[in-house]
Amino acid sequence: MDIVNQLQRQFIDHSTSLHREGIVDDQFTELQKLQDENSPDFVVEVVSLFFEDSEKLLNNMARALEQAQGVDFKQVDASVHQLKGSSSSIGAMRVKNACIAFRSFCEAQNREGCLRCLQKVTHEYSLLKNKLQSLFRLEQQILAAGGSIPVAK
Amino acid sequence: MGLKLKQSYRHSVTVRVNEQMGTKRGYTFIQANRAWLPKFLLLWVMVMAFLSAWIYKNMDDDNKVRRKEVLSSMCDQRARMLQDQFGVSVNHVHALAILVSTFHYYKDPSAIDQETFAEYTARTAFERPLLSGVAYAERVRLSEREKFERQHGWTIKTMKREPSPIRDEYAPVIFSQETVSYIESLDMMSGEEDRENILRARATGKAVLTSPFRLLGSHHLGVVLTFPVYKSKLPPKPTMEERIEATAGFLGGAFDVESLVENLLGQLAGNQAILVNVYDITNSSDHLIMYGHQNQDGDLALFHESKLDFGDPFRKHQMICRYHQEAPTSWTALTTAFLFFVICLLVGYILYGAAIHIVKVEDDFHEMQELMVRAEAADVAKSQFLATVSHEIRTPMNGILGMLALLLDTDLSSTQRDYAQTAQVCGKALITLINEVLDRAKIEAGKLELETVPFNLRSILDDVLSLFSEKSRNKGLELAVFVSDKVPEMVMGDPGRFRQIITNLVGNSVKFTERGHIFVKVHVAENPKPIDDAKAETCLNGGSDEGALISGGRQFNTLSGYEAADEQNSWDSFQHLFNAEALQNDASGKMTVADEASQSVTLMVSVEDTGIGIPLIAQERVFTPFMQADSSTSRNYGGTGIGLSITKCLVELMGGHISFISRPQVGSTFLFITTFGRCKKASLSDTKKSNAEDLPSSFRGLKAIVVDGKPVRAVVTRYHLKRLGMLVEVANNVKIAASACGKNSSSCGSKIQPDIVLVEKDSWLSGEDDSSSLQRLDWKQNGHMFKLPKMILLATNITNAELEKAKAAGFADTTIMKPLRASMIAACLQQVLGTGKKRQLGKGMLNGSSVLGSLLCGKKILVVDDNIVNRRVAAGALKKFGAAVECAESGKAALKLLRLPHSFDACFMDIQMPEMDGFEATRRIRMMESQTNEQMNGGTDKGSGRKDEWHLPILAMTADVIHATSDECLKCGMDGYVSKPFEEENLYQAVAKFFETKPISDS
Repeated sequence: MDIVNQLQRQFIDHSTSLHREGIVDDQFTELQKLQDENSPDFVVEVVSLFFEDSEKLLNNMARALEQAQGVDFKQVDASVHQLKGSSSSIGAMRVKNACIAFRSFCEAQNREGCLRCLQKVTHEYSLLKNKLQSLFRLEQQILAAGGSIPVAK
Repeated sequence: MGLKLKQSYRHSVTVRVNEQMGTKRGYTFIQANRAWLPKFLLLWVMVMAFLSAWIYKNMDDDNKVRRKEVLSSMCDQRARMLQDQFGVSVNHVHALAILVSTFHYYKDPSAIDQETFAEYTARTAFERPLLSGVAYAERVRLSEREKFERQHGWTIKTMKREPSPIRDEYAPVIFSQETVSYIESLDMMSGEEDRENILRARATGKAVLTSPFRLLGSHHLGVVLTFPVYKSKLPPKPTMEERIEATAGFLGGAFDVESLVENLLGQLAGNQAILVNVYDITNSSDHLIMYGHQNQDGDLALFHESKLDFGDPFRKHQMICRYHQEAPTSWTALTTAFLFFVICLLVGYILYGAAIHIVKVEDDFHEMQELMVRAEAADVAKSQFLATVSHEIRTPMNGILGMLALLLDTDLSSTQRDYAQTAQVCGKALITLINEVLDRAKIEAGKLELETVPFNLRSILDDVLSLFSEKSRNKGLELAVFVSDKVPEMVMGDPGRFRQIITNLVGNSVKFTERGHIFVKVHVAENPKPIDDAKAETCLNGGSDEGALISGGRQFNTLSGYEAADEQNSWDSFQHLFNAEALQNDASGKMTVADEASQSVTLMVSVEDTGIGIPLIAQERVFTPFMQADSSTSRNYGGTGIGLSITKCLVELMGGHISFISRPQVGSTFLFITTFGRCKKASLSDTKKSNAEDLPSSFRGLKAIVVDGKPVRAVVTRYHLKRLGMLVEVANNVKIAASACGKNSSSCGSKIQPDIVLVEKDSWLSGEDDSSSLQRLDWKQNGHMFKLPKMILLATNITNAELEKAKAAGFADTTIMKPLRASMIAACLQQVLGTGKKRQLGKGMLNGSSVLGSLLCGKKILVVDDNIVNRRVAAGALKKFGAAVECAESGKAALKLLRLPHSFDACFMDIQMPEMDGFEATRRIRMMESQTNEQMNGGTDKGSGRKDEWHLPILAMTADVIHATSDECLKCGMDGYVSKPFEEENLYQAVAKFFETKPISDS
């Protein structure tokens, strides 16, 4: 029981820090609320969908921006838009904000800026991924220890 | 996409600004030619100088012409008179010649001698005023000379009085007038002029004239007139030889032209002005002067010649007239021209000055315009800044709210829960406020659109109250709300704006009030007249009652006992309204029908405070933006002073008006009247369900006694309890309450048996001395084996010591902190009575979700989005509310799924998608629907008569919260839009529009 309590506290700390650092916003909380008996793995499912989708998009962008000349900014912009949409949906605020900056560089057709932003987005993305994965791990551990997830509701 | 839109908006703003500058820069003619203005002036002056010179010349010429005409007429007049008088004299000499011929030659012997002639001519001299004398010379041939000399006794002499030399002919004077007797016996032929005259006279038979010469006697200039005298009658047409042959002698007379003209001119006016000369111009090269001075003086430039005819065809004469003086300068012409010039000069200068002024004003105008454009640009920038900042604030606020939500799910005591809930509600209100700040830009741009959705006015007022509860509690203020029973539960309007107005007004009041109360009242503003009439009555009625109730002389019948600014609007009318409502409740049936009939309800909302009031001077500009009463106000109380201006805007936007009554140091009462729509019955039943869930119904039928010395406050408490469905009695003090209980209980509970007794802290304290009564109350209950009524203390603020004392005094159950709110009372009562479960509270909180659940449950909904994550999240959210969700990943896929007849109840469509975007997909769906509708109408026209055509509700999902895309959505046939990711309230509003009207069972 002690372990469960500890894990639960850790879990709360972790998710609080996620909010505090602005990595996720209340949309993520909303998302967590959507998870109930009917769809017990909803958050994990959506978030892994997001990871898959985002990695594909990031690769696309990186490939498109590799060209020194004649970068298809339209395509990059479309990818960024996608990423922004999905990150906003799961409440990944910092990724979303990075995407917003990214799009303005796309519109300006500034390759340098785009590369910089891609770096930033990638960074934010991996940060998010790490944090979320550890959150999920904690969740698993709590469940495994027989406790209930404190803020899942 | 939001960013893109924002950028394009900014772009359009700058473009518009530029355009504005461009179009307003249209220069006028004057402005365009500003450099030419001095040249125009110079040109004008020159032209005017020229013009005035011309005018002068014209007038001068006129003068000259007139002068000339005067001269010529005078000259002609003189010439004619001279000619006439001359003619008269010549005629007379002619007559004399005939006389001589008749009496000297036809008579034999001659009837005339020197004496007769002299006498006759002397006596007829008046007939010939111009002739100095006449004489007759006989023609004597050389052969007859001796005989003649002998006969007369003298020799013929020449003019020089010498004996005449021998000639062919002589013409010695034989008869002469006395005035010229000196020429008797002189041979006229000896003088050059006379001889010529004589020869011409006898040849022509007419009067002839000599050229002018000095006369012998007077030495005046003169001419000699000579007539021939014939001795026999001449044939009818005599030749020259016959005439010469028949000539017997010559009659001559000397004209003294000089004196003649002198006389003549003397008779005429204007003699002095002109100078007259008479010339003999027979010899055209050498004019001989007959009268006047040879040396020419006077005005040489202007003269007039008049011809004179003295009857001698051989000789020609003329008269020349001149002015003595040069033509005088024409002062009239000169002054006229000069004045004209001066006037024109002035006019020119005035025009020039005006033009300069216009140029200056236009310059200023352009400058101002530029400044205005800049100011507007700054305003746009400010609005954008506000938008950005608000957005930034929202992010951390979301964190706070999330944490509070987490906190609320933990195990909390009721107080803690209330605090946490209050914090959450406040946080939410803050976010709303931030959104309202965003709206401010829209108000300024006049772009604000009001919603019309059903909302619960009471719960909004409760929310606002909770927002300020902490502040008012800290200040020790009574904060209360009262809504009359006549106000419908649900009204149609814009809840956000209504809340904003109330928040502004209450916030203001809280800010400026240090003691006393803030009281929000809402009632129905019907025809105000009967109220006025009845007011007097109430005053009379109430007078005696209140007298007993009010303990201190300085107590006022208001919420807190402090004086309020608007006395009329306070207790008297309040009580009246309350009474009227009670009456109405009795006879409710009829009235409600009448009420339901009208489409709208006019509400009168007043916010009364006992703050510092508004200084009289500042009252005029209370509604002006950024104007606080004075600068010290903002120093003491902070704030921007913009709240009231926004409030006024909003009230006016809602079609109402706002006013206030304020007395410095007493307080202010803001009053606004606005109209809301009534909810339709169908929707009412739907929403009522949700409303009922708002407040727990477990207290329905419970009985309560409110102990409060202040009637207004008691009524407020009663209002809140009534909302919970409780039956309420009011007692003025503890004793009455106790006795009431006692009486009731003694009559075996036939009447009210209170379940709860709520005691106001003031009343409790005032009745503390007699604390035994409370005990007694307890005791009595105990004694009669009835269920113990729960004792609850109501307090605005309470110290710990007081709390202990209260607990000791019997309020063991709980203390409710004011301001009162129905939901809060419910929570406390639940705790006290143990009837409520925590779950219920939680459910009350999640009110929106449950409403959405009721709306969406069982609906089949299609979600179209190309982004798989978005799709999944949207689907998850909708499933949560019980909807059956299907997904499509593109517009085309959606089209395939949406074949008619529709199997879906609604469609949520992403706007930006590759290949076919949301707008295009919607357009195609609408096209398809309209085709089918037409076919159906054509086919089964008379049929089922269902007007319910195919129309799938399509809602756009957009990340852009600003209303910018809303028009576009509606244009392409969408029914509305929701934010992405979903926000419950927003989703509810969008979905409620078309699901509300259909009963749930319909699907």
